[in-house]
Amino acid sequence: MTLLVVLLIIGWAVFVYNGLVSRRNQVDNAWKQIDVQLKRRHDLIPNLVETVKGAMEFERETLERVIAARARAVSAGGRAESVAAENALSNSLGRLFAVMENYPQLKSNDNILRLQEELSTTENQLTFSRQHYNDSVTDYNTRTQTFPGNLIAGFFAFQPAELFKAAEEDKSLPKVDLTLRRD
Amino acid sequence: MGLDVALYGFLEVGGAPVPVVTIGALGFSGLMSAVSYFQGASLVLSSLHAEPLDPIDDEHRQLHNIVTEMALAAGVPKPQVFVIRDPSPNALATGRDPTHAAIAVTQGALDLLDREETQGVVAHEMGHIANRDTLTMTVVGVLLGGIALLSDWSRRAMYFSRGDGKRRGLALLPLVLLLLILSPILSRLLAMAISRRREYQADATAAQLTRNPLGLARALEKIGAANASPLRAASRGTAHLFISDPLRRASDEREGRLADLLSTHPPLHLRIAILRAMAHSGSAVG
Repeated sequence: MTLLVVLLIIGWAVFVYNGLVSRRNQVDNAWKQIDVQLKRRHDLIPNLVETVKGAMEFERETLERVIAARARAVSAGGRAESVAAENALSNSLGRLFAVMENYPQLKSNDNILRLQEELSTTENQLTFSRQHYNDSVTDYNTRTQTFPGNLIAGFFAFQPAELFKAAEEDKSLPKVDLTLRRD
Repeated sequence: MGLDVALYGFLEVGGAPVPVVTIGALGFSGLMSAVSYFQGASLVLSSLHAEPLDPIDDEHRQLHNIVTEMALAAGVPKPQVFVIRDPSPNALATGRDPTHAAIAVTQGALDLLDREETQGVVAHEMGHIANRDTLTMTVVGVLLGGIALLSDWSRRAMYFSRGDGKRRGLALLPLVLLLLILSPILSRLLAMAISRRREYQADATAAQLTRNPLGLARALEKIGAANASPLRAASRGTAHLFISDPLRRASDEREGRLADLLSTHPPLHLRIAILRAMAHSGSAVG
């Protein structure tokens, strides 16, 4: 009888342990997926800037800011620097989208609309990968902290994972200058 | 012995009667379900004349992007995407597991809904895939078929064995007969209840994936208001896979317990109310 109880306990422990391992792997996988989305965005931006440059000559500064932010993001080393650079790139793209609203002739250009959709979906895909990463982290952390998972987690030293947070300075809304400059 | 198999479905094996016909029937229905489980996706899609996306069409391109976004949010591989050339706005998800899944959206839905609303609908379908609802409903179907067969053969065996002189438990006979007659109906009601629960669950998953329950709510409002005729190629067998009943059966919108109990989908207005309540309470916002 006691043998049966021992076997049941071991079976339960295996079940919980495997659940923790698969969730931790999901967290790692979700993190790598974010990198995939970031690289995809790096590759798409030069094409967009080239396409809109002709129609938006007065917004050269906005466009140059995007190119510079992208260059910094591509060359960033280390996690903290990369996160800051990618957030700055998102901001500069946001400003570009806002400015593009001032050019109604862009809306009739199919190529530009297509590229805008491509960039929108790239930003969305990046957002959703980060969201999925945070969801995975929350799920994993909850399992390591709640009973009875915390017993197994403590015994096998499962570390809690870190949530992806937007950098503090980016929480302020970017100022968009909509006056047309003539150079 | 031959008469036994024909009338009662039993075969004498070492003195004990073995219900070979029931086992055979269950095995056959199990085999049918296995075929539908593995081949179901392609069978369903071809019966609905679903077509792959046109890479030149901007709307199709946007649908492809939206499906990619929702697959990332759900953490599942991107399913295959198809378009059904029908003006009735609707969408369905099929496939035995997340790695063999497919989503189909009608041209009517693409024309009617904006990007946010389409995203809500796709998120709902992605929820079905992530929650493995196809597997659940296939298992339910197998059990339904099994229960119907078992009750049928039990009734027949009881009927034929009544005249053999054994008077055991005669008082319980009417009750047992009643249960046997009702069990197929009761199990169908249970299957419909499971289907409706899965729909609510997929709505909740959609809200969680998009963090925007209003997108799906507005999409459902538009789909409900669309005065379209039933989706031409859909049938009773495929109806439960869609986001809203494609056969436009009156039972889905009629008030009343009986109407509620018999339909595969919950009433649209209830689904919309639940989604809107989510938005106001802010519980879906991450």
